[in-house]
Formats: sequence, C-alpha cells, structure tokens
Amino acid sequence: MARKLPATDVVIVGLGWTGSILAHELTEAGLNVVAIERGPWRDTSSDFPVTHAQDELRYHIRHDLFLRPAQETLTFRHNARQTALPMRTWGTFMPPNGVGGGGVHWNAETWRFLESDFVLRSHLTERYGEKFLPEDMTIQDWGITFADLEPHYDKFEYLCGTSGYAGNLGGQKRQGGNPYEGPRSREYPTPPQKQPFGPTLWAKAAVESGFQPFPQPSGNLSQAYTNPLGVTLGPCTYCGYCEWFGCGNYSKASPQVTILPVLLRKENFKAQTLCTVQRINTDSTGKRATGVTYIDSNGEEWEQPADLVLLCAFQLFNVHLLLLSGIGTPYDPNTGQGVIGRNFSYQVTSSVDGFFEDKNFNPFISSGAIGMCIDDFNGDNFDHGPHGFVGGGYIGAVQTNGRPILSTRGPAGTPSWGAEWKKAVAQHYLSTYTTVTHGSSYSYRDVFLDLDPTYTDIFGRKLLRMTFDFHENELKMSQYITDRLADITQKMGPKVMEKHPRKGPYDVNVYQTTHTCGGAVMGDDPKTSAVNRYLQSWDVPNLFVFGATAFPQNAGYNPTDTVGALAFWGADAIRNQYLKNPGPLVHA
Amino acid sequence: MRAALLGLMACSMLAPAAWGAEQDYSLIERGRYLATIGDCTACHTAPGGKLMAGGRAIETPFGNIVAPNITPDRETGIGAWSDDAFYASMHDGKTARGENLYPAMPYPYFTKTRRDDVMAIRAWLNTLEPVVNRVDANQLPFPFSIRAAMTGWNALFFQAGEWQDDTQKSAEWNRGGYLVEGLAHCGACHNAKNALGGDESGSRLQGFALQGWFAPAITSGNGVGLDKWTVDDIVEYLKTGTNRFATAAGPMAEAVSDSTQHISLADLRAMAVYLKDQKGPAAEKRQAMAASDPVMQAGEAIYVDKCAACHTMNGAGIARLFPTLSASPSVEARDPLSVLHVILNGTRAAHTPYAPTSPAMPAFGWELTDVQVAAVATYVRNAWGNAAAPVTAGDVSSVRKNLAARRE
Repeated sequence: MARKLPATDVVIVGLGWTGSILAHELTEAGLNVVAIERGPWRDTSSDFPVTHAQDELRYHIRHDLFLRPAQETLTFRHNARQTALPMRTWGTFMPPNGVGGGGVHWNAETWRFLESDFVLRSHLTERYGEKFLPEDMTIQDWGITFADLEPHYDKFEYLCGTSGYAGNLGGQKRQGGNPYEGPRSREYPTPPQKQPFGPTLWAKAAVESGFQPFPQPSGNLSQAYTNPLGVTLGPCTYCGYCEWFGCGNYSKASPQVTILPVLLRKENFKAQTLCTVQRINTDSTGKRATGVTYIDSNGEEWEQPADLVLLCAFQLFNVHLLLLSGIGTPYDPNTGQGVIGRNFSYQVTSSVDGFFEDKNFNPFISSGAIGMCIDDFNGDNFDHGPHGFVGGGYIGAVQTNGRPILSTRGPAGTPSWGAEWKKAVAQHYLSTYTTVTHGSSYSYRDVFLDLDPTYTDIFGRKLLRMTFDFHENELKMSQYITDRLADITQKMGPKVMEKHPRKGPYDVNVYQTTHTCGGAVMGDDPKTSAVNRYLQSWDVPNLFVFGATAFPQNAGYNPTDTVGALAFWGADAIRNQYLKNPGPLVHA
Repeated sequence: MRAALLGLMACSMLAPAAWGAEQDYSLIERGRYLATIGDCTACHTAPGGKLMAGGRAIETPFGNIVAPNITPDRETGIGAWSDDAFYASMHDGKTARGENLYPAMPYPYFTKTRRDDVMAIRAWLNTLEPVVNRVDANQLPFPFSIRAAMTGWNALFFQAGEWQDDTQKSAEWNRGGYLVEGLAHCGACHNAKNALGGDESGSRLQGFALQGWFAPAITSGNGVGLDKWTVDDIVEYLKTGTNRFATAAGPMAEAVSDSTQHISLADLRAMAVYLKDQKGPAAEKRQAMAASDPVMQAGEAIYVDKCAACHTMNGAGIARLFPTLSASPSVEARDPLSVLHVILNGTRAAHTPYAPTSPAMPAFGWELTDVQVAAVATYVRNAWGNAAAPVTAGDVSSVRKNLAARRE
C-alpha cells in the first residue's frame, strides 16, 4: 500500500533535459515542483570528472551511465508475425539513466528540423501527390510550424550556448551557413568549433562538387559562454569523449552545466532520485491525473499527489508509462485505431569509410558534434520525383572520436584479431576517415509500441514491446544519400573506399543511434495523436508528455534541439495559457 | 517572515520595555544588514538548525567552542541581557555575567563597531524566534577551559575601542576600514596568528593558515596579495564569489555565500578601496625556478596532462569557471596549503545568484603521488610569471595527513 506524500503543484517524471527545463520554467512561475528520477544523482566533478571521464572501457564497453536492462528493458520483434524477446543487453540504442538523462551522454549535435518537416504530409502530398507516398506510411503534420517553434529553438540553443554559424538570419541567406535552414531570429550564441583536417578536406571536396558545406551546430562549445541563467560553460578541449560519456570539462551542454546549478537551489524544487514511477494515477473518471505512484530504492511504495503531471522520461518509457497507466487508447495495428504506441520511428544512419595512404587525420582531435556537412539531400531539399522515395538526411564529415578501443578498423578482409589485425590497426588508425549520413525515419502502420503479453519487469509490470523494421522507402533513401556522400568522399582521394548504406533487417544488437521517436505523438486530431499541439494529453488535460515521444516521424537530424525546443514551447503554453485556465488548451 | 512575526509577538509579550525605538523598521533592517556583514549566522546557526539558536562547533587550534544561542529566549538565549551587556559582548568580549568570551567570538574585531550599530544588530536579533536551546559553549580541554585565562590573553592581544576615522582619508575609505577591521572581521582569517591565537603584530591581512586552507594576503603592493586586482575585481569577487582571477573556495566560499554577497555594492566598494590601500611589507625578491629544473619539467608534464584542459596551457584559466593560476593570491602564497588542499581533495566554488555555476575541481589525491603533487604544485607556483618557494613531497605528505585527519 503506497504511503501518500503531501500534494505538490507539479510532479515531473524523469530529470533529463525536458524535466530540467520544465522544472526550471514552472518553479520560475512560482509552482512547487517535485521531480522523480529512476537513476542516481549525477554531477560533473564527482561522477565524470576529468580524472576518469575518458574511460572507454567503463563508459562505452560497460555502459556505466546507462539504464541496466535488469532494471527495465523492452522486448523486440521485427514484425507482428514474430514473438518478441527481451533485450538483455543494449545494442542499437542506449536508454539513459540518472539525473541529466541523455543530456549527459549525448554527442551534442544541435540541429533544427526543416520548415517542411513540421508539415510533412501536407508538403509532400502537395508537391508529389498522395499516391507518391507508400500506402502504409503514416507520416503526418505536427500541428505546429517551424515559425511556432523558432523562439523556443532559440531559447534552448541560448541555454546550451550552441556553436554554429547561421545560414538564414531572418530570411537572409548567408554564405558559410546552412542555406536550407529555416529563418533564425538571431545568430548562434557562439561561433562554430574549429575544424580538424578531415572535415576541412571533405568540405573542400564538397565545394568542388558544387555544394555549400557548413559547420555542424555543436553543443560542445567553441568558447566559454555564460547562459541567460548565469551559468558558465567552458570551451571544448576536443578530447572526443562525448557520446556515451559525461563531459568533465563543463564544455558539453547538459542539464548539469546549464540549468541544474540554478534549479537545485530553488526552495520550490525537489528531486527524488533512485525512485521508479510505477504509474500515473487518475481519478474515477479517468479524465484527471491525481499524481504518480513510485517505488524507492528500499522497495517502499509512495504516492505523490499533484495538480499537474509531466511525463519527461526517455521516449520509450513515456510510452510505457502511458500504456501501464491506461491513459489514451492503445494503438491497434490491425484497425489503425488508437494512439498510444502509434507512429514509432527511429533514425536511418549510414557511413562511408575511406582508407588513405598519404593522409594523417589525427582522429583523436574531435568532439561529439564537430564536422562539416551539407543539407542538400535532407528532407525535401531535393526533388524526390525521379527517385521513388521520400525523406533524406544531412551528410558530412563528423569527427566524433578516435578512442582507442573501438577506433580500430581496417578495410574489408582485415582479420578481427591477432598479429595481422594489430598491423592493420597500426597502419590505418591515423589514415582512416569515416564520413556519415544521418537520415530520416518515417512512420508506418506496422511499426509500433505496445505492452508485451509475456515478459514482465522486476516490478511485475508488462514490458514495453517494440515492433520495428526498416521499410523499403528508408533503405532506398539511405542508398541514395550514401552514394551522394561517397561521391564527395571519393574526391578526398582514398585508396580504398567502402560504402555502408543502411541495410535491412534492423539489427537490434549493433549500435546505430539512441534516437527512438514517437509513440505518443503530437497533432491536431485526437484520432491520430496522443497529445495536442501543446503536448497536452487529449484524454487527461492535466498531463503533458515531453520528449521525442511527440515526433510524428523523425527527420534527418539528431532530435535533441527539437526535444529542447518542444520543452520550452510546452512550458510556455503551461505558464501562459494552462495555469490561467486549467483545462484542455485545444478543443478538438 | 513567519519567524520574524513570531519573534515580534514574543518580544512584545516577554519584554514590554523593549517597545519603542527598537521596533523601528529602519533600525531592525539596518541591524539585519549589519548582522549579515558580521556573518553571525556562520557560527550561531547550526547546520539545519534554527536561525541564531547556536550549536555549531567552532574549530580553534585549542579545541572546539560551540557558538551560543543568541535568540531572544530569556533562559537559553540572550533575551534577558541588557543592551549594555550586549554591547559589552561585542566591545569588550564579556558575557552578561562579566566572564570572558573566547576570541573565537571575533570581539577583537567587533570592538571597532559603533554602539548605534551594535544596538541595531540587537534590535534585529530581538525580532527572531526565541528558541529554547541550551548550549554548552565551552568544550575546551584544560587549561584552555579556564575562562579567566582570557584576561591575560586580552591584556596581551586585545585592545578595546571603536573605529576612529582617519580624517586624511575619504569617507569611502573610512567606511571600508570600519567594516573590514570591524564587523566583517576579515582579519579573523587573514591576519597571521601567534601560538596563542592572538594577532601577530605587524602582519595584518598578510595571510594565515587555518582549517586546512591558507587565507592569502589581501594587502596590495610589491606584487603580493591583491596587487593585481582592481577595486572592481575585489567587489565582483565578494559579490559573486568569482572574478577573472579567482573563485572562492573553502571557508571563503562560506563567507561569500553567507555574508559578502549580501553586502551592498557601495559597502563592498568601500571595503575594496580600503583593502587596496593596505600595503604589506616588501616581499623578498623572489626568483622563479628555472623551467629547465627537473622538478619544473616533471611538474609541467603533469600540468599539461591533468590540469591544462581546464586551466589552459598558459595558466590563464577560464574567467568565472576555471580560476587563473597565473594571477592568484592563493597559488603564489608563501604557504602552499590551499594549492595542495585543492589538488589533493578538490573543492567546490561558492554559489551565489550572480554566479550560480558553482563549478568543482575533482580530487587528484587518489591518483597522484606526493612527489607528483609536489612537482605540479611547484610548477604552477613558478610558471607564467609566478615565483614562489618550491613544494616538497614532505610538504604534500603532511598536508595529506592533516586533511585525512580533518575528514575523520
């Protein structure tokens, strides 16, 4: 029997990027906020200090910062004809754990989505006709536009101190920035990071090919920066321990180095760590959330009543909690009805390896988001008519790491161990250069999340079940943009070049990205979205759901900038609309 | 606010004679402000305890003294004290019963405070919630437990007397001096002390080691102490806890958090003007160690590997985040205690609303040997224009032992 705690104004599930932003915004509005986080407290100097942050074995191989599958996992299958099995170790994506969430161990690639991404179905239908889209593709408009979100992208980037160069300043295109991006209201907070040799060479090849390369926007800062909250970040040291790692140098934007120092000292904020929320409670009508029930690390059950419940957990676990709490109608792939678990999407990445003889790339000079890219093959920036697919991605030279354990590739045919392998590593470490694509993943009727009928977690709750595979459209897209990447990479002059377009079936054991999206998507129609344009549940108006959970499909970019922008967008709606008149903000 | 209201009610019931000027808003507010400058709470409020209800142990070289309850409770606090008795405690270091206070209560500095200011502090204290909390202040071992012994101490080291303005100096300078030498009791840490804990004559504000840290010289001139700092640098440091040179850590972080950040800019500026005019003695002409010295070379290698990522290759650091090592009073101090403390144990910077980052340096004591710590400390004390005595492995070893003992 849960013991009941004193009621609070707001309870937040999960204290990562979105939880921290919402907690900050709502405590500023004078509300009492309690955040409940499943993982431990994490702080730069004690948990990932410079003295041991760069430990590839501990963090990359042994997954030190991530959720343990024994704590919570999910089951996986490629399609509804298969029986899903539990994931007992992480592979393709790395669910975060602990204060800061994925914001601790991201690469900090800080992209805005395209204007057309937010009105995807309308845009593609208008340009190519309804029949151009695969029949089972369930992409849809977001219910908001880029213009709606722009001030909130700006807020998140100025919180982080993002390093970049605007390609479109208030509608004026600028040489050196991304010519395809939507209009920015102002320049990036800090200039781009310095580019190492590889991206410089690739950018030269891109210019020779007639493209306009630009520096990838980075949350690893080019210079010291003090954000609007007064918190100071340091300059990146180009150590290359970003993704999978916490930054010991205060130079990668994370909740720890942007918000938490201010948030933690507020008297109207409280965080409970090592506490797992079991469910969102609702009253007898099912139309009002009354708070959450959680279990602490001693196994004791507590009820935290609240007027407002904000789901800010990792995308998969937001959907899991909605399903476990019986909020919203679960998606049924047979009828296409229901919304919780609908429109799950991922990311389609690929690469091109160049093995050079006369080049030294010093791959250890790197950061999570350093690189030169082009956006000519992203979204609908090019005519898809002749190609028979939709979607795309940014392509470029992104020099994220030269870490010793895993940066040990040779060309095809290199043995994976022994003396020949060692020789190959020594020969190729400095002279191998990998270029990448980061492609969109659109949503489909037969790709979804639901509760597993067989497997349960340590609390006896049904595990989340993922049913996912790449579709023909995405594989064609990946092949096409990988070829375009290779055209440019070839101009860098590799002796041997290997193309690795994404191939099906989806391999759940090999790391790709942690960009799982959707499952409780935003939109204008309660039949096809779980939350309205303000991230407010259609069914339970005092529940808001944040994160990539809301993406109706994923674009050809890393999602965090849009996740952060949506958090500020939702916070603005709560502060300026909901609190004045609690109730549905949109009447469908 | 609730505590203040309760306090007012309690006062009116318990001490009806106190009605009158003591209830004047301006007086009480001035008293609250002055009590903040005096940082009364640092000692008189126990961690997690009620405001000014006492109970915090004050570490002295002779043993612990527990700060008493100074709430208006008549039995266990100072509610029954007369105004004269309260003034005597600040001015003469005497209790209401006429016994000697121990100078852990910084009356050798508070004595400079004018009676009207002392009375304002009293007026504010009277508004606090009276808390019943009996404190056994004197937990010193024999013979220090004999309060009468302080009579001799006072004769040697204490001179009662309010601050006297120097008419040759500006009003601002005098206001600064009044606070620095009086309520703010900067000298309690920054004045060198003799073996009996009295101020060493002729070494005012010239630095002293206490509580595992070295409070550096805060005089100016001769390249020592705050010589490279401007008035604005000092004001920013005291207001925010950090500036382009340094970040408050250890006991100074506490002083900033509890006290100096709340001091008005005008008063901080006055204090800075006064401090900038305090000249230390001519430092011995110091010669930086040669970069070719093997210890310097070893230290540099460690520095590049372990320190430069944050403090930068030239020791300049990142303003308000990673302190500069090339213009830091602590780094070049004659006693390397603070440098060694930070390297061995790490530290967290002060937090203020003006500089909320509160970055922390991790401990390196677990991964560097005494010889390595000595080398890198010697290096930072002698690189980039710094010049200070080298640090030996023996120095590191004794600081390591001392810090370990303090943790227990």
